[in-house]
Amino acid sequence: MATVTVNGKEVEIGASERLNCIQAASKVGVEIPAYCWHPALSVVASCRMCLVEVGDKKPDGTVAMQPKLVPGCQTPAKDGTVIISDSQKVKDARKATLEYLLLNHPLDCPTCDQAGECYLQDYSFNYGRGYSRLNEPKNIKPDKTYIGDQITLFTDRCIMCTRCVRFTREVSGSAELQVVSRGSHEEIDIFPGHPVNNPLAGNVVDLCPVGALCSKDFLYQQRVWWLKSQSSVCPGCSTGCSITVDQNEERVYRLHPRTNEKAQGHFMCDEGRFGWKYTHSDQRLTSPEARTNGHVTSSDFDSVLGSVRTALKKAAQGKGKVAAVLSPWMTVEEAYLLAGFLKSLSGEVTLAMGPVRIEGKDDQFPKDVKGNVVEPVKFTIRAEKAPNRAGVEAVLSHFAGDVMPFEELLRLSSTGKFSAVYLVGGDPEGWISEIQAEAFSKIETVIVQDILSSPVLKHATHVLPSGTFVEREGVFVNHKGLAQMIRRSVRGPDGTRPDGRLLWELAERSGLIQTDTLRSEIASAIPALAVIGNAELKVNGVLLDEAVVAV
Amino acid sequence: MTETKAKPKKTVAWVEEPQLGFWESTFVPAIMKGLKTTLKHVTDRAPVTQQYPEQKPDLPLHYRGVHRLNRDEKDRVKCVACMMCATACPANCISIEAQAAPPEWPDRDKFPKSFVLDELRCIYCGMCEEACPVDAIELTHIYDLTGETREALMFDREKLLSVYDKTKDNPRDPVRTRRGILGPAAEFASLPTLGPATVVPDSDRSAKNPTAGVIKGSLGANS
Repeated sequence: MATVTVNGKEVEIGASERLNCIQAASKVGVEIPAYCWHPALSVVASCRMCLVEVGDKKPDGTVAMQPKLVPGCQTPAKDGTVIISDSQKVKDARKATLEYLLLNHPLDCPTCDQAGECYLQDYSFNYGRGYSRLNEPKNIKPDKTYIGDQITLFTDRCIMCTRCVRFTREVSGSAELQVVSRGSHEEIDIFPGHPVNNPLAGNVVDLCPVGALCSKDFLYQQRVWWLKSQSSVCPGCSTGCSITVDQNEERVYRLHPRTNEKAQGHFMCDEGRFGWKYTHSDQRLTSPEARTNGHVTSSDFDSVLGSVRTALKKAAQGKGKVAAVLSPWMTVEEAYLLAGFLKSLSGEVTLAMGPVRIEGKDDQFPKDVKGNVVEPVKFTIRAEKAPNRAGVEAVLSHFAGDVMPFEELLRLSSTGKFSAVYLVGGDPEGWISEIQAEAFSKIETVIVQDILSSPVLKHATHVLPSGTFVEREGVFVNHKGLAQMIRRSVRGPDGTRPDGRLLWELAERSGLIQTDTLRSEIASAIPALAVIGNAELKVNGVLLDEAVVAV
Repeated sequence: MTETKAKPKKTVAWVEEPQLGFWESTFVPAIMKGLKTTLKHVTDRAPVTQQYPEQKPDLPLHYRGVHRLNRDEKDRVKCVACMMCATACPANCISIEAQAAPPEWPDRDKFPKSFVLDELRCIYCGMCEEACPVDAIELTHIYDLTGETREALMFDREKLLSVYDKTKDNPRDPVRTRRGILGPAAEFASLPTLGPATVVPDSDRSAKNPTAGVIKGSLGANS
């Protein structure tokens, strides 16, 4: 066990931990400011913001300090390392560094999108000098007109930390960005004709500690201090990246990755980052409907839910006449509510897994110029484009014993075996084709719970407009069995209800939906999901097989 | 005052009511004084009522009335859509939608695509004017604001610019700055070195050549 002293406080470092001075200091809550260092990227020690005094404690108890300040990001913390980050010498060095970084910075904070979450602002406020002594005109470089479809570069705001350059070289592997010229002419640029359009390009915007790289999608939309954030999970693929959803006045403005080593690490792909637009689409289903012979007979939730319940109860009197399709876009709670409700109506109910969309192959990064994956893999965009197949499968195997694939249910439906089916959609890219939808054309009662229109709607007798992932709360289980919470950020449009609330009311449970109590109910009912009652679920998530270890 | 007995800390001071003298206890001088004031008003024939609306009131120069959006020297809206006014506004009456500036406007990154100010919701505190880094929004002397509907008093960008056109030549509503670009910080070439907001030691270069705002002090290090 190694002991490191940070500003007089001792901290223990685990034998397997390889930390630098910044990480060691953060263990005792001491912040060492840094621009160029990022835990997921290589160390260049070029910004000089993390300069600290470092010394060694000799076995006889004396401390030998190094005569010069050293960059904390590049200095490993080992047994006996002494780090001093609050001496006058260090404070003066930080002031000088910041003064230098701000020499040519345009200080256009009012019109800069980064203002409010800018490290240049934060560090200037906490450690800076507060004023400039520059008498000469600033060296202002013109902004780049185009460097990528999703990102813009305001060259004048850049402080040359090269985080973005290292990201494209080390994580995406595409290496589009580079530093051109030297000295005060130095700037970030692309090679002409090779814009930053790789599938992970959006991450350079989060990496940029200042307002140089901005997202075109979010540019000038909102001031960041107006946004309210909520931790959630990206539903784009089965990787299940931990994300933060930023909204203001019931409108989502952006998603950005939340660092979670258990899930994906530090980044997320552009497909997920910009893949929430359907939430505010005008194509959303916004009217509950009960139809008789194709005519809408009622369109308020209470009567439609009542009629759904009556139809299901009537069908349940026959043997094996009720079937349901549980979508891999449902949360564990929703799947449990629906399966539990149908099971309570009739023991003979058929439960099937909804279609799990697979697109191509898993896309792994970094890639070399020829497109071959370079080991070690740092990021994977999975081919399985559904967030919760594992969770819904666990619920299905609890209630039905095995997981019936969608095709099997389609085959049974077209034979006319069922008189009522409950179909849950949720996939924004569409989950059923015209031909598949024909299987349900002869069935007496077809209940569709979905967010967007689909071919099966024309056979539907009941339509229940439900919520997208930013409107619901629940648990998603990703490809490796990591259960994480999605949380409600915004209210859905009028005429929709979050799936959990719909199913809670359908099952005639009393009061409002309580996902916490529901989760503990699931945890005790389904051994495979026992772990979701764990409090850690709400932070970084819990692995399902941790249950075996914990119990 | 003797009531304040020895206590560890004197926080309350007792003040005795002064004793009434003979004349004071008759109340005659006070009655005479009151009658004198009454007689003065009874005999004064000069009118004090302002004949509004025939006669317009003379408002103080710092009066805060209807807002205007200033134009720059090229007649474009001066606002850069930074939304500082909307942030500062305690009544939440300003809503701005920003748009990237066209490439032929190299002096700014964005401008307001829409700028709506709810004059009915506004409390005329002037915080927007204070927050604006480019002096684009100003409060004028117009006070007699009327409208037939609530919507008519949701002033949009064009309406606010027309208030500017109407008031810019009025000596009571001078355009207070000459700046068309983003605030003092953006005027790299013409502005002197910015003075420190903190106390600086005498040895510092900025203390030897002070600009506005320099606080010279003997506090030593400016930390």
